[in-house]
Amino acid sequence: MSNQSNHTEILLDIKNIKKYYPIQAGLFRRTIGHVKAVDDVSLYVKRGETLGLVGESGCGKTTLGKCIVRLHRPTEGELRYRFDEDGEYKDLLSLDKKESFNARKKIQMVFQDPYSSLNPIKNILTAFDEPLRIHGWTNANERKERVAELLESVNLHADYMYRYPNEFSGGQRQRICIARAMCVNPDLIVCDEPVSALDVSIQAQVLNLMKDLQKEHGLTYVFIAHDLSVVEYMSDRIAVMYLGKVVELASAKKLYYHFEHPYTEALLSAIPIPKIGEKRQRIILEGDVPSPANPPAGCRFHTRCHKVMDICRVKSPELRPMKNDPDHLVACHLADTVEDIAEIPADAV
Amino acid sequence: MATVLASKQKVKKSSLAKRNLQKLLNNKLAVFGLIVVTAMILACIAAPLLTPYDPMKISLSERDLEPSSNHLFGTDKLGRDVFARTLYGGRMSILIGLSGAIGGMLLGVIFGSLCGFFGGTLDAIFVKIAELVSVVPQLLLVLVLSTFLGAGVQNLIYVFMFTGWVATFRLVRGRFFSLREESFVEACRAFGIGNLSIAFKHILPNCLGPVAVQLTLNTAGFILQEAALSFIGLGVPSGVPTWGNIMNAAKEIIVITQSPWLWIPPGIAIALFVLGVNSLGDGMRDVLDPSQL
Amino acid sequence: MNKQDYILSINDLKTQFKIGKRVVKAVDGVTLNVRRGKTMGLVGESGCGKSVTAHSIMQLLPKAGSIKEGEIIFRPQNSEEFDIAKYRKTDKKLRNMRGRQISMIFQDPMSSLNPVYRIGDQIIESIIQHERISKKAAIKRTVDMLEMLSIPQADKRIMDYPHQFSGGMKQRVMIAMGLITNPELLIADEPTTALDVTIQAQILELMQQMQEQLGFTIIIITHNMGIVADMADDIAVMYMGKIMEFGAKEDIFLRPTHPYTRALLKSVPVLGNGGNDRLEPIRGTTPDPSDMPEGCSFMPRCDLATEKCKNAPPYEDVGNGHMVRCWYAKGGAANE
Ligand SMILES: Nc1ncnc2c1ncn2[C@@H]1O[C@H](COP(=O)(O)OP(=O)(O)OP(=O)(O)O)[C@@H](O)[C@H]1O
Ligand SMILES: Nc1ncnc2c1ncn2[C@@H]1O[C@H](COP(=O)(O)OP(=O)(O)OP(=O)(O)O)[C@@H](O)[C@H]1O
Ligand SMILES: [Mg+2]
Ligand SMILES: [Mg+2]
Repeated sequence: MSNQSNHTEILLDIKNIKKYYPIQAGLFRRTIGHVKAVDDVSLYVKRGETLGLVGESGCGKTTLGKCIVRLHRPTEGELRYRFDEDGEYKDLLSLDKKESFNARKKIQMVFQDPYSSLNPIKNILTAFDEPLRIHGWTNANERKERVAELLESVNLHADYMYRYPNEFSGGQRQRICIARAMCVNPDLIVCDEPVSALDVSIQAQVLNLMKDLQKEHGLTYVFIAHDLSVVEYMSDRIAVMYLGKVVELASAKKLYYHFEHPYTEALLSAIPIPKIGEKRQRIILEGDVPSPANPPAGCRFHTRCHKVMDICRVKSPELRPMKNDPDHLVACHLADTVEDIAEIPADAV
Repeated sequence: MATVLASKQKVKKSSLAKRNLQKLLNNKLAVFGLIVVTAMILACIAAPLLTPYDPMKISLSERDLEPSSNHLFGTDKLGRDVFARTLYGGRMSILIGLSGAIGGMLLGVIFGSLCGFFGGTLDAIFVKIAELVSVVPQLLLVLVLSTFLGAGVQNLIYVFMFTGWVATFRLVRGRFFSLREESFVEACRAFGIGNLSIAFKHILPNCLGPVAVQLTLNTAGFILQEAALSFIGLGVPSGVPTWGNIMNAAKEIIVITQSPWLWIPPGIAIALFVLGVNSLGDGMRDVLDPSQL
Repeated sequence: MNKQDYILSINDLKTQFKIGKRVVKAVDGVTLNVRRGKTMGLVGESGCGKSVTAHSIMQLLPKAGSIKEGEIIFRPQNSEEFDIAKYRKTDKKLRNMRGRQISMIFQDPMSSLNPVYRIGDQIIESIIQHERISKKAAIKRTVDMLEMLSIPQADKRIMDYPHQFSGGMKQRVMIAMGLITNPELLIADEPTTALDVTIQAQILELMQQMQEQLGFTIIIITHNMGIVADMADDIAVMYMGKIMEFGAKEDIFLRPTHPYTRALLKSVPVLGNGGNDRLEPIRGTTPDPSDMPEGCSFMPRCDLATEKCKNAPPYEDVGNGHMVRCWYAKGGAANE
């Protein structure tokens, strides 16, 4: 089991990331508004840990993930990344061309849909070949050895490298995708719902594999999913997102028993648990998630919150540490958080 | 490890092309098309071996002969051997159709890939051009251009290229639009693979199936158009034998009724070749459709 | 138990698809009894034949598929029981049954509604098909039903088109369409798979409330063991076209007997356990349905498999209607 005290070093510090997609309309494709897919998110990821990211569809998980991998350029914000254990932090978004290319090696991604993640007309070897070649594996035989080694590390036969994607099942494909992400020896892998498209009986294979690889290679994961049970199983810390904002961040163990945010509470209670006997109290949220193009004023959750107060409709709560636990951050007027960011002890972040 | 690799390499190297060829050979329609098309192309190429006659040689002593063992398809008004003319004419017709279609395909693929991948202003401009080319009736365009450029084999090929890229362009551009959102493209991006490499090495090969089908359709279309244009005298100069030009002779009722050997052989040649190419195209479409096993 | 207590009894149902020369035995001997007024959960992995079972009950199979064997006895409250499998797809009896006595909600709410008709018209349509009723009364009933399903301003929203509704609302419209004719049996085929968890909770809650009010029977199809734990009274675990285990909810969760059921329960993370218990994946993958192994279909993936399993195991009662299809069900290895 990953032990929290083991990882203290911050690998990636996500600072005030915003990603707005323009909404265009009319003859001249004028921008008439913005989808605020990710709106001012600050998080950090420690080396060797798994940071879980949960939330409902459309809350901006994938967008945030893609910003981290730099598939999207954030509208605003910084991604401060520490390349070496004792090096300096550099903003990934303001690297020069060469540094930026080299940084691609460090952060990789596993995508949600294993069926579209592999090029259907390229066999596995060719799919791995180009990334390896451009990142310094110049010898073709070495590349082949490397692919064989990677396939075996995800429990697949080395000779599968000559096969085409359509010869593999979803679970096998996802394992190949994991191997591909690992081929350039990354530090950080953003896993965007890696098991959502898989059969229940296959999910466990992939989840366990990911845990094993993490232990073996000291990987850091940002693990995105909408299924809290899966996230809880995988993560050390969990960030709960709602409409482009992080509403609560706590260690996986804490979140289940000591949640503070009403949304987390509702989310937890909504997950059906495959156990009988204990009758849980279910909190049914009213209505639907509002559109991120036009989020409610004040606290974004107030339209569906069962504990809504007057202040929630006007003032948006900030994500702040709890008084009794600086590692537990909540954005809610009801939570007993520190008043002023300045009060946070310096070593807590 | 090395031994594992070496031994397995022989066992499993199922190339996609090989499997597709297998699938193609299982498809009766495609095989029929393939046989017809190859046989006809071979016959045209091997024309000197199949007939001793020169298609251009006028022999006034042998005018208007009916088919016989000497002249398989008879001779025309000027005493030229119709069999030889059909074979040599096939060379030119197929050359025109195929090169027009290939040229159009190349243009379409290049423009389509760039527009589909990068989008933006470039894309908007090309889409407008493609619209312009396609709203003008194609035959009219061909007419105008061929009068403008003058009749001639090369000019006709240019004309076909100019009208033929649009379909391929649309197809490739559309495929690019959907493929560029696929996760495997994003995976390439995450590795820092360059844009051109992504566009041409990773996405484009996924479009080539439909492009090949379009190529066959265009080839067939252009051969028919060549025939039509030559028939009305706007295609290839009448001296050059093409299927269309040969049939040009059959403009008069009297020829149609009295000397059917003048127009039936090239007519059948056109029909058969177009049918063959189209069946090959249809067959290929089935073969390349990934949902069919 | 009295026969009349079962609203539906399926006996040895076999449904097959013919694709070219291949025969896919999608449902291969399903036997089930559904208790009246209760909820039965049908769980299993993707492709195991859950939807095909449901479509067989409705006789709504696509052209390539047909019921080859078996009976589906339906016992409506106020009329004679009949065997659905005996009738032809287009028979008046079945047309009358579909939507009136048995309703079905499909997996994908997005594509189940016709985008060019108003929501209200689509619901009213399904009333008018089965009843002679004035338009005004039909509208009234539609609005009442939508209000019951907590769609705000239902009288105005019935004029909307499907794209103006969110996924959860569309699914509620589907439920409204299913329930508006007051059916006795509602088959919900993965009614919440396409929805978010909070919306899923809304929909499941609604279905339970409606069942309490109207007293219909539910067959809920899902691959989520959590949902059946929540909703179902009886559970059938399906694998490769067969029911592997059937029993009351307590039997399945507290005394799972078939190795597949046990494996399934151990392979999903349970909220609140943290990352503590390592998941136990099921080996391998599901076999190709057109090329099924001889004997027990779970054998290639089963840890307990022995020579004996090369013969098809019997479907036996291990007590109180708890049915298991395994050689080791009765005090054998499966019980440790
Ligand atoms: N390329 C895009 N252009 C415009 N809007 C987008 C784009 N990508 C995402 N969005 C919008 O941004 C919001 C967040 O999307 P995102 O894909 O990040 O959500 P998510 O949390 O990953 O959801 P899911 O669980 O469905 O994957 C959504 O409202 C979505 O419609
Ligand atoms: N129209 C069809 N033609 C051919 N085969 C079919 C057809 N519909 C279903 N099948 C086959 O029948 C089997 C059972 O399919 P079914 O749709 O019942 O699975 P399911 O249990 O509902 O899965 P899911 O959870 O993915 O919905 C599958 O192997 C499938 O390939
Ligand atoms: Mg997503
Ligand atoms: Mg189904």
